[in-house]
Amino acid sequence: MKFVDEFREPEVITKTSAEIRRLADPNRHYRIMEVCGGHTHAIYRFGLKDLLPSNIELIHGPGCPVCVLPMGRIDDGLAIAQNPDVIFTAFGDMMRVPGTMGSPLEHKARGMDVRIVYSPADALKLAEKNPDKHVMFFAIGFETTAPSTALTLMRAKAQGVHNFSVFSNHVTIIPAIRAILDSPDMRIDAFIGPGHVSTVIGCRPYEWIAKSEHKPVAVSGFEPLDILQSIVMVLRQLRVSEATIENQYKRVVPWEGNRAALRAMAEVFELRPYFEWRGLGFISQSALRLRESFREWDAEQRFDIPGVRVTDPKAAQCGEVLKGVLKPHQCKLFGNECTPEHPVGALMVSSEGSCAAYFNYEHRKTAIVTSIASVA
Amino acid sequence: MCLAIPGQVVELFPDQPHTAVIEVVGVRRKVDLGLLADNLPLQGEWVLIHVGFAMSKISEEDALDQMRTLRALGEAEAAMQEVQGYSLEESEVPEDSGAQKLLEDIS
Amino acid sequence: MAHGAGGKASRRLVEGLFAPLLFPSSSEPLGDAAHLDFNGTKIAITTDSFVVKPLTFPGGSIGELAVNGTVNDLAVSGAKAEAMVVTFVLEAGLPTPILEAEVWAMGNAARKAGVKIAGGDTKVVEHGKADSMYISTTGIGLPIHGLKIDARSVRAGDKILLSGPIGDHGITILLARGELDLEADLRSDTRSVLPLVGALAREAGPGVRWMRDPTRGGVATSLNELARDCGLGIVLSEEMIPVRDAVRGACELLGLDPLHIANEGQFLAVVAPEYADAALNALNLAQVGQDAQIIGEVRSEPVCAVLVTTRYGGSRIVDMLVGDPLPRIC
Repeated sequence: MKFVDEFREPEVITKTSAEIRRLADPNRHYRIMEVCGGHTHAIYRFGLKDLLPSNIELIHGPGCPVCVLPMGRIDDGLAIAQNPDVIFTAFGDMMRVPGTMGSPLEHKARGMDVRIVYSPADALKLAEKNPDKHVMFFAIGFETTAPSTALTLMRAKAQGVHNFSVFSNHVTIIPAIRAILDSPDMRIDAFIGPGHVSTVIGCRPYEWIAKSEHKPVAVSGFEPLDILQSIVMVLRQLRVSEATIENQYKRVVPWEGNRAALRAMAEVFELRPYFEWRGLGFISQSALRLRESFREWDAEQRFDIPGVRVTDPKAAQCGEVLKGVLKPHQCKLFGNECTPEHPVGALMVSSEGSCAAYFNYEHRKTAIVTSIASVA
Repeated sequence: MCLAIPGQVVELFPDQPHTAVIEVVGVRRKVDLGLLADNLPLQGEWVLIHVGFAMSKISEEDALDQMRTLRALGEAEAAMQEVQGYSLEESEVPEDSGAQKLLEDIS
Repeated sequence: MAHGAGGKASRRLVEGLFAPLLFPSSSEPLGDAAHLDFNGTKIAITTDSFVVKPLTFPGGSIGELAVNGTVNDLAVSGAKAEAMVVTFVLEAGLPTPILEAEVWAMGNAARKAGVKIAGGDTKVVEHGKADSMYISTTGIGLPIHGLKIDARSVRAGDKILLSGPIGDHGITILLARGELDLEADLRSDTRSVLPLVGALAREAGPGVRWMRDPTRGGVATSLNELARDCGLGIVLSEEMIPVRDAVRGACELLGLDPLHIANEGQFLAVVAPEYADAALNALNLAQVGQDAQIIGEVRSEPVCAVLVTTRYGGSRIVDMLVGDPLPRIC
């Protein structure tokens, strides 16, 4: 696969890990946060932690849109779909996320019309094909995904498709990063920046992290070599006490972002005054809702929703894990009451949430693994 | 939010400028080019696909550049060590030595 | 229900509910078929149900899956299928040509696989109650000489063989459903693996410890089950696992792992190390086994788990599937 396989080349990976080892000061313990859930997933999938020296700790950040979605919002979306004329559509990621009365898949088993879509455009097409039904798209995602939802809504409006609406749970990444840095028990040395969000917002929005917080940021791609090179970049900066924003993912991320995408977002969405993030609490100006001009396609306006706030069990320490203060296995519920099969908290619910990723990929690895020689 | 894959534009539609078929090792899908309206891709170009939309063009030049940089890691180190072999004292590189320039080129 | 997807939930249903009620005194691990002894007469018996949407897809149809699936369950238990009986549960209103096509497909597949369809039954249920057609089969066969399949005989150092590329069937079905709008030149790999199992038995029989056909839940689920049953660990080498480009592309696009995708024409075999080369050779030389590979080995660690390693030294644990593999965008 072009633009994928090159960045998985074993010899170059070995070289890059050697460079990391060379750059890491043995007397220092580095805490590097990767913001985006996709990076968390990639780190585990490629076993990248095995390639790092023990004094480099990767902290998993809050960039998992499924993880930070409050249960109450899932209940709201499912409440809309209780109506037999409504088809509930969402990405596969949402299907197993539990609301208080079950996940979308469980609702499907009980007779609700629930369908997985790969694209919001598919949801719109479904609406066109089913004129006597209403198709509701349960939208999630950061700025990577919001422009696609926006464009879809613009198309719905232009084409006069009225049996379609969006329930927007889009959130923005900068307030989440700010919340992490504002947390008193936080100590992060550098950030691996969200590469795909940055294809939309560019690299400028991170400049305050370098200027005001003095932390280096490397906006990173998702292949093993991308992530490893980003670690090289921030280590080089830390070595000389520098703090700037670097674009590691140059082949894809434009420094100024994607104007057309930003325009589409601005036309369709506006910032909510505040929004609740599961595990982080209420954050102002951190989420998107449809503008008045798109009222007709706003599921929240067209339908009555319970709007009930659901709090997580007190024992679930999602907030601390989300902020990197606790490791997943340090939460009392981890592996017992809370597993991927029956998740209690936000971070176990999505396969890229820190707890789920840790459980699925690392939990049962033993010390012997690190010295396993190549097989066959 | 993050799963995006490089795909090659294999078919364009003159009557639908914001639609294309992309291919990823033999798997094809129609994608929306609306987010690249300011700079539509041509047949054969590579784009990054996320939820059925093209997000950005992929620069082959930048990709090659990155691989060159990474492949050269360790070579700078080796070059350094060669240079150091000529000095009698510490491993510091003199300001105006060729190895320093080499390092700057690569970083 | 997640219980049909072949992974953790299925296993719990079988182990937690069926097994204690139906075979309370058995301490044997559950296998793909039961080998019974009636006063010296040994036969193997298996049963299975087939539910697939759409009914036909590139490379096959539900009828072929039913025949090949039954033959394969017997084959990987170490038996040659001789006969099977079939039950159809049909949704009222199912057009006759569709039913005819499946019966024809089954007859054809049975002839190819050398198994006799000895009888069957049909039931018609209300419209909306059977997804067009469900097929249930029971197959019987005779043990293949020289094979003794038992997870408890697996030892650290044993090699793991895979008969061919994985993921073809599951991805073909996913694409055939049409919901994801992806196109690829892919076909289901449905076929009888009996010829390959036969070749294995002839060339390396005494060394074959265990076999399984990785259907729903994929290779990851089958090997996790093995790890649990033998109490050892399994380490796979990612670069050795054969995956077609198109399957890989679809999995990358959808965020799926080929190790979790269903196969209908492949099998895994655990072989003692001194027989491994002969075993692989036997498969590669057989006309349809040229893509077979040794993909890993059994180790004492990680206990009851499956680890996949990469060429550059990274590794990850691969668990059993929980429910069906779902596409993701994150």
